[in-house]
Amino acid sequence: MNITVNGSPVDLTEDATVADLVAQRSGGHDRVAVARNGDVVPRSTWAVTRLSPGDAVEVLAPTAGG
Amino acid sequence: MKDPVSPHGGPRPPHPPHARDEPRDETSRARGGPLEGGLAPLTDELAPALAREEAGDPFTIAGETFTSRLVLGTGGLPSMDSLERVVRASGTQLVTVALRRVEAVAGNSMMQVLDRCGVRLLPNTAGCRTAREAVRTAELAREAFGTDWVKLEVIGDEQTLLPDAVELLDAAEQLVLEGFTVFAYTTDDPVLGRRLADAGCAAVMPLGSPIGSGLGIRNPHSIALLREAVTVPVVLDAGIGTASDAALAMELGCDAVLLASAVTRARDPERMALAMRQAVEGGRLARGAGRIPRRWHAQESTAMQGRPEL
Repeated sequence: MNITVNGSPVDLTEDATVADLVAQRSGGHDRVAVARNGDVVPRSTWAVTRLSPGDAVEVLAPTAGG
Repeated sequence: MKDPVSPHGGPRPPHPPHARDEPRDETSRARGGPLEGGLAPLTDELAPALAREEAGDPFTIAGETFTSRLVLGTGGLPSMDSLERVVRASGTQLVTVALRRVEAVAGNSMMQVLDRCGVRLLPNTAGCRTAREAVRTAELAREAFGTDWVKLEVIGDEQTLLPDAVELLDAAEQLVLEGFTVFAYTTDDPVLGRRLADAGCAAVMPLGSPIGSGLGIRNPHSIALLREAVTVPVVLDAGIGTASDAALAMELGCDAVLLASAVTRARDPERMALAMRQAVEGGRLARGAGRIPRRWHAQESTAMQGRPEL
């Protein structure tokens, strides 16, 4: 299925969950937050939240800032 | 750094007296005196005494007690090594952080440094333009960092990065209802400050001048009025350029100072962190000591009585 992750198109397997996506994309960060179609996906539900075609997902990590 | 010039041709602000004799170098990143001696010994020498002084005068925000009255923003540092040195030199116990797309963040080293320093994290909503966006960002930060503390920033203008008062108050009300501990970055308007405090914000954080401008506290009168208008802690946030600005904030009655660029973009960030730490303490002491009233004319400090006739 095709979804958008951080503004770019991504092709994922049909049964992919948010946890699968985070495992692919977290880049060594342990404090990661995920938004799906504008809403927060709590960490506790990542493993049971299946993605749907056309989803827009944001995967965010800590950075410096004032 | 270039001196600030209004795009409409306004006057340049005057140079501080100590900078007058320095060669003008428009291309340098920051101006300052010559570097002398090793820096690490300076921090090692000064930090323990400063920490003892700070410990005698703690303050509380949202039930958490801090001895350091310097809140540090992390943006603008050239390396993670310098982040650690700056955090330790500043003595800060509360540090702001942000969230961005993972691809835009190189590695996890910042969090490792901050964890090692043992500071508390204050996630921000930097870059948000609407209440909706800021609330979503705060919710994401709560997930990522495991804290309901948030520095609420809702920007209403690209050039000045000034807060959007309407969106800010809307976002503050929503976040308080959701159980967040809100640190509201706001203008220096005492009425808006009171409205934010009334909405349940844990701290009100008025700007001295625009973010990163280094223009200091443009309206000290408003900051003092805002301080009188609320009972929650007031943290001067944004615009600090050098140590005297931080001292002034404390003299005006602020409980703490939040700064980033003034330290992180200084030519010598660690030394500037030490300077800010001492300035905050100096301003705090002066506030408690009670300054003399301002007079139009002189008042002699040597008795006229007993003066010889010569």
